[in-house]
Order: sequence, then structure tokens, then C-alpha cells
Amino acid sequence: MTSTRNDLTSADVAELSRLLSTGEVSAVEVTRAHLDRITAEDGRLGAYLHVETDAALAAAAAVDEARAAGDELGPLAGVPVALKDLVVTEGVPTTSGSKILEGWLPPYSATIATRLAEAGTVLLGKTNMDEFAMGSSTENSAYQVTRNPWDTDRIPGGSSGGSSAAVAGDLAPWSIGTDTGGSIRQPAAVTGLVGHKPTYGSVSRYGLIAFSSSLDQAGPMARTVLDAALMHEVIGGHDPRDSTSIDSPLTGLADAARAGAAGDLRGVRIGVVRELGGEGHTDGYEPGVLARTREAIEVLAGLGAEVTEVSCPSFDLALPAYYLIAPSEASSNLARYEGVRFGLRVGDDGSHDLDEVMALTREAGFGPEVKRRIILGTYALSSGYYEAYYGQAQKVRTLITRDFTAAFADVDVLVSPTTPTVAFPIGARVEDPIAMYAADLCTLPASLAGLPAISVPSGLSDGLPVGLQVMAPALADDRCYRVAAALEAAQDAARGHRLLDELPGRGAAA
Amino acid sequence: MTSTMGDRLVDYDELLTRYEPVIGLETHVELGTASKMFCGCATTFGAEPNTQTCPVCLGMPGSLPVANAAAIEATIRIGLALGCRIASWSRFARKNYFYPDIPKGFQTSQYDEPLCTAGHLDVEVDGETYRVEIERVHLEEDTGKNLHVGGATGRIHGADHSLIDFNRAGIPLVEIVTRPVPGAGAKAPEVARAYVTELREIVQALGASDVRMEQGSLRCDVNISLNPVGALEWGTRTETKNVNSLRSVERAVRFEMRRQAAVLDDGGRVVQETRHFHEDTGSTSSGRSKEEATDYRYFPEPDLVPLAPDADWIESLRASLPELPAARRARLQQEWGISATEMTWLANAGALGLVEETVAAGAAPGDARKWWLGDLARRANDAGVELAELAVTPTQVAELVGLVNDGTINDGLARQVLDRVLAGEGDPAAVVEAQGLAVMGESDELVAAVEAAIAGAPDVIAKVKAGKVQALGALVGAVMKTTRGKADAPTVKRMLEERVLGS
Repeated sequence: MTSTRNDLTSADVAELSRLLSTGEVSAVEVTRAHLDRITAEDGRLGAYLHVETDAALAAAAAVDEARAAGDELGPLAGVPVALKDLVVTEGVPTTSGSKILEGWLPPYSATIATRLAEAGTVLLGKTNMDEFAMGSSTENSAYQVTRNPWDTDRIPGGSSGGSSAAVAGDLAPWSIGTDTGGSIRQPAAVTGLVGHKPTYGSVSRYGLIAFSSSLDQAGPMARTVLDAALMHEVIGGHDPRDSTSIDSPLTGLADAARAGAAGDLRGVRIGVVRELGGEGHTDGYEPGVLARTREAIEVLAGLGAEVTEVSCPSFDLALPAYYLIAPSEASSNLARYEGVRFGLRVGDDGSHDLDEVMALTREAGFGPEVKRRIILGTYALSSGYYEAYYGQAQKVRTLITRDFTAAFADVDVLVSPTTPTVAFPIGARVEDPIAMYAADLCTLPASLAGLPAISVPSGLSDGLPVGLQVMAPALADDRCYRVAAALEAAQDAARGHRLLDELPGRGAAA
Repeated sequence: MTSTMGDRLVDYDELLTRYEPVIGLETHVELGTASKMFCGCATTFGAEPNTQTCPVCLGMPGSLPVANAAAIEATIRIGLALGCRIASWSRFARKNYFYPDIPKGFQTSQYDEPLCTAGHLDVEVDGETYRVEIERVHLEEDTGKNLHVGGATGRIHGADHSLIDFNRAGIPLVEIVTRPVPGAGAKAPEVARAYVTELREIVQALGASDVRMEQGSLRCDVNISLNPVGALEWGTRTETKNVNSLRSVERAVRFEMRRQAAVLDDGGRVVQETRHFHEDTGSTSSGRSKEEATDYRYFPEPDLVPLAPDADWIESLRASLPELPAARRARLQQEWGISATEMTWLANAGALGLVEETVAAGAAPGDARKWWLGDLARRANDAGVELAELAVTPTQVAELVGLVNDGTINDGLARQVLDRVLAGEGDPAAVVEAQGLAVMGESDELVAAVEAAIAGAPDVIAKVKAGKVQALGALVGAVMKTTRGKADAPTVKRMLEERVLGS
């Protein structure tokens, strides 16, 4: 079952970019290598919902032709990419992991999909996800289970679990994930990847199928911090089609990653958040996760960073606040799926009236977790309950933002574990939504405050990856990249190879 | 559905002896912006169905709204014209409900943070001024249009299928909501109508919308309740929708007052509900009951940033408002020396601007009024169009008036000239020239016509000679006929008198 090592599918993007631009390999070769591996391995991993075989080869051939003709190409031309299946792609199936959108062919493309295409990247396909991004294990996909390449009996995280499994499993060099409460960072952490949730508003949401509008952000999932920064620079920046898009240029992210990799963190003040796995707040955290977190912080201190503990008491309220705000917005965002204009329609046989057709469509088209959250959100927004639930949750959000502001007066970044546990076994939490929700405990505060946060590998616990989360003030995404790259470089150097190289079947070779 | 035929109605004058009405109006104005509220689609009326749509106004997954700055500006200008307070911070909100004509499953509207609040509009009815307080002016998006096919009524009941045109979905819509208006008594229907008329004039003067009720760019919901005379509390109100002309506003209020009075007289209870107005019968019928109405679950629209209009900008908008209709009417009334009633006629006929331009082109105000309210109003009415839509310009009317005043043509000829101007044959002077429509002097042709008339009617001549001088009128008519109206009637009369009576 295990694969043989393939340089083209296990290389990072910086390396692929070099190979492509020097002409050592062609875009078609790189694309074909990935498509072949998808054919061979995706039956086992279940990362993709849709593979664009012909279109990908055609796009790669076009890049090769352009290069042969002497055209000036960007550094990423010919690099393959996978998109989470909620990124709308013109003419390419886009389901958001839901049966209600089965068969829908979008008439337009998301801004980030267009930007990636304009950079010359080649779309391999669309990756599996929890339905409408609601989940932390990808088990809520209406289509298939996705498996963690580190242990195929375990979850790849979620909701961007197809994107994490694809990159960790060498089925794509990097991918787009989206993060509402942790859906980039948690799957990156449990598969040994780097995943960054950008500052809210710094990456366009136009064409991302909405879960919770005030929280959703798309971001990179990659094998290295530098790769993540490179992708962020492609997809980020102002988009006039998204009113919440921030009109300020996002540059210097790759430079920050390179600077961090140089290993000097002198003058950087790091705050360790007590409420996220610190003293008195260790319930639910695995000892191995806490140990890797401590060790990672020691590495950072060893690079010259000044480390202190900070307290953010409102973070304890993040989980309940999130599970009111996100479902409230979702209940409204998902109202458009009623079978009138696109997607599934059930009961339109003349025996049901309009309201019944809408109800039957939604009954058949949505899975149990989506229904749970629609009901939760509908209730929270109801007249008479609005203030007590949605209103209170918004106040908590303000308190959490204040905690961050206070903390960032004294430190440059905050760190915590990305998620309290390593990847759990498939099926372990499906019957217990609260246990499932706890996977996002550490990632929710930055989501609610709209701040950038990255997950970078910090080591293994029982042979499974652990992630360290680095959070920064709004628009200071560069700090996340710098600190994460410093940790990555130091640990890679110490162990003599990348963490991903320890992935069973990949062979530990630098 | 309640049968409209079954509603008992109380005599209007009689009900006023026992009840007092309270009215309230919610008016929707479709703004005349070139593009929609949250996307770049065109807003042209009458385009082929679903040709002015895009992923945003179709509510496609992943699409996002971007607010139209011109629509926000127009809304603020309407608010300023109504004396409203303009919010320094305002937000859009989602109004959540399921209906096929709202593509997103919610309408993007405003809830507790509207752009404009606390204004007023004074309207005049029979010389008395009524102040209508404005509760709020907010901005939202229009819905698509449902077309129910196969039913007898065009309503959803009985239809075998329905089609939706999303061209209208997302067109900016301003909602202007009044506070309840008590104290209008018997004049409530007229006050309601005068309010909508005045509001329409204001929006028109601002250039914010073409406000054409028949095309739905101005729509009205009318709230009415009755309470016993002298009661401290107001009664339960109904909300009548689908009131699509000024006349209907008046009729709807009157009908609801008479219907509710009957319900109350019978010891019944007015149900708080939405009712539909029927143009053909002038009646209302029950729609869905508000008591089982949807909970719209309003919450701030997270896809749009709050609006925080700059105070200096608002002041510059205020300073650049055009002269408003009431001020303009007062000025023109004085300039033209006419009564308030005459001014009301002019305004109601939509003739104010036309008369003003005609005067500016050189006509005396009285002459300009006479033509626009007389012949031209009749022609517009016959053709079923607005005065302004007639194919004649104020300059042409002024020219016509000049030709009459300098004696080139008489009123009768002027009407013939007008017909030809309206038919596109050119300016009045050119038509007179081309068609030889100038008044005839005492020419040989006229003398011949007069003498022929005398010769052809010996019986009339005998009567006249016997003292019935007024019988000559018939001969004047005959001469006018043979000269196709080109003769000057007083001249003809004088010529006849000279020849018959020898005076």
C-alpha cells in the first residue's frame, strides 16, 4: 500500500518553482506526476472530490509552451495546486461537501482561484471537506471519509481535511484551505503541515461559499512556512468585490519567512497564553501536545526570543461565543439553498407546494451537523432570544479582542498549541458534538478577533504530528511567518530532516 | 381568503360620527441608479427577463455584495429633503425569510440602524396643512418578480407553474415610513393621497427616481386603524399592499375605513393583517395574517461594512439640494398671481414644470396654464399618458400662444396647429405657414363665403330680420365650416350683420 518516494510529488513549492523555471522539469511532468499519484493513492486517502485531469494537463502544457516561446512567466507558473471544494471555480464542480450542491457548475470563479490561475498555477482538483466547513474531522462530508496519511485510521482534521491529506499525502504540493474557527490550522497541525489563517479581510472572500461571513478566511496549507507565505502573497490583497476586504498591500511575507529561517529572534517578545494549555488550563490537552509546545517555546527562546506568560481570561468564553455567532450567520448564509435556482430540488412532482419543495430539498440535501447548526443559529437569532444569545456572543467577541489588544501591548506574538490533541481515530467523536467542537478550543480566539494565526509543526507525539500556533495583531501576518519559520528551520536542522519526511512510507531523507 | 364581495361597508359620513381614523404609510421608491444596489447589473425597466443578472443578484454561492455609493447618496438626499436626521453610523441588516423571489433567502435591508430618521412632510388638503411625521428612511434591495402562469387571477393560487424574473432583484429601494397620523378625520383618504403626491414630487425634484407608480418604481402600503371617537388608544391596524396609483391610495383608505367600521359595529375585532388592494373593485381582501407572521431574525449584515457618512459631506449634500416642491409652488403662486387651489390643480396635473418652462419661453402665465390644463391635459388623458410625455415642448406651446396673441391664428386654428405639432409636423409657426392656417382677413374668399351663407339660408335671414338676431349664429357656424375654421368668428359676425341688418 505504501508509495515509493517521488521527488516531484514530495518536493516543496520553492523547489518545484526552481526546477520549473530552470527547465529541469516541465509543468506537464510535474502535473502528470501528481495526477498519477492521485490515481494510485487517493482511493486510500479520499482527499479529492473532483480531479481536473484533462484541464490540468492542458493548463500545464500551456505553461510549457509559453516558457518555450520565451514568455516572461511568474515563479509559480506550472506549480500544481488543490482547492478546498468551497472555492468557487467556473465550470468545475463545487459542492462545499454537500449533497445540496451536487452537480452544480458555477458560472464564475472566486477571486483567489483567479489569482492562482493568473500566477500560472495548475488546478489539480477540489478537495474534500466537512459539509459547508462545519466540522473538525472532515467526517461531516456528504461524500466520503478522508484519511490522515500519518495513520489512515485517523482523521486528517477539518474542515479542510481534504486539503491537508492531499498535501501531507503528496497528492498536491500545496493547497487552499479555509478557516472559520480553526479549519486551516487544526488540519495542518494534525497532518504535520504549515497552515495560516490570514488577518480577516486580507484575503478576498469573493467566491468562497460562506459558512460564517464575519469569520471565514481562506489561506495556504503547505509543507513549509516559506511556501505558505508565497501562496499568501498570491491570493492576498485588496479585492473590490469583497466589501470587508482591507485596502492595504500585503507584501514581505516570504521575506519574513526567509528572515525567520535565518534563526535570529532577538528582540522578539513571545507571550504564552495561559488559558490555552497553561497552568490550570490543561483539561482536555494531551501531555504529548503540551510537551511539544513547551519544547518548541524553548527552541524559540534559544533563538533569542523573550518569552513571558500572558493571561487572556476571556478566551475561556470563546467556544460558546463561537457556537452562537457562527451558526447564526450560517443559518442565514445557507438559506439560499432551497432548490429554486441551482443544486438539488426534491419533491417538485406536482404533489407538493412551494414551501414543501423547499423543506424537502433542505431535508434531503443537508447533513445532520449542518441541520444542527442551522437550528442552533435560527434559535439564537429569534426575536426574544437575539440579545441573550447573539448579542451576548458579540459582547464576548469584544472582550476577546480586548484581551488580545492588552496582550499585544506587551508582546509581539502569542503562542499556544494549535489543537489540544493529536489526530483522533475516525469515528471517535462523531456521536459527541461537544468533544468534536473542543478540537477548535485554541484556534477560536484568533478567529473571533479576526487576527492572523499560523500553525507550524512542533514535533510528534506517539508518532503523530503536533502543531504550535503563533498569533499576531491584525495585518501583522509577517510576524507569524517569521516566528514559525524560525522554529521550522531550527527543528529541521536539529533532526536533520523535515518532520514530513518521518511520515510512514515517505522515507526519512533530507 | 375572505371574499371581498361579502364585506359589509358602513356609509362614510356615518362612520365618522362614531370613529376616528389613524393612517400610516410605507412607501417604496426604486432609485434611478444606473446599476443595482449590490452589484454592477443594469436596472433598465422592461428588459427581457433575467438578462440583467449576475452571480451576486442571483444569490449564487460565494457571491458577495458591494454597496452602491450613488444609492446611499440618493437616500441621504431624500432624508435631507424630508428634514430627517442623518445617522453618523448606519448598518445594513439581513431580513431572513424564504420566498423564491429573494435569491439569498434574506433581503438586505436596514433594521434598527437606518440611514435617516425623524423627519416630516407637511401636506395641504383643502387649504389646511397636515404634518406627517417621518419615522425613518432606509435603503434596501428590491425582490425579483414572480409570474404565476396558468391561473385565472395571476395569483399563485390556481397557477400551474411560476416563473421568476430576477432583473428587478437587487435594484436599490428606499423605504420611507411615516409615524401614525391621527387627526385627519374625514380627510384621511385625501391626506394619504396628498402625502404620496408630495413625496413623489420631492423625489422627482431630487432626480432620485422616475417615481412611476404604474411601473412600480413607487409603491405604497397603507396602514389604517379606527378607534371610537375620543378613545385614548388607537385601534388594530391593517396593512394594505398593492396600492399602485394615487387614486388607489385614497380609495384604499376609504374602503378600509368603511370595512373596519362595519366589523367594529358588529362587535367584531379588526384582525391585524396584510390586505391586498384590488384596482378593479376598489376593495381590499385578506392576505396573510401578521399574527402568524414570520420572525425575520434581523441581524447586522456581516458581508457589508457599516456606513459612516462624513458630516461635511452631508452638509454639502444639504447645501446642494434643489428648490423643493413646496417652496417652488409658493414662489410660482406668487409670481403668477394665482390662488392656492389653482396651484393645486397645476401640481396634481403634473403641469407645474411645463407651465414654468412655457412662461420662461415667453408666454403669459395665464395662457400657459390655459393650454396645459385645457387642451393638452385632455389630449394626454385621451392618450393615457402623462402631460410631459406629449410630443410638444413648452417652447412650442409658448410659440402657439404668441401666434394667438398676435392674431395670426385664433383658438380654433391653434387647436388644429397643435394637432399637427403633436403629429410631428414641426413648430407652430412652420405648421401655420405650411398649412395656410392663418386667420383670414376680409378677403374675397371670406366675402364670398359670407354671401353664400346668406343666399343659402333665406329662412334664417327672415328670422333675423324679424328680430331674432341671435339666429345669425347658425350662419357664423356655416361660414366657419366652409373656411375650415380659418375665419375669425367676430369678423364673420360683423360682416353678416352689415349685410343682413345693414348696420
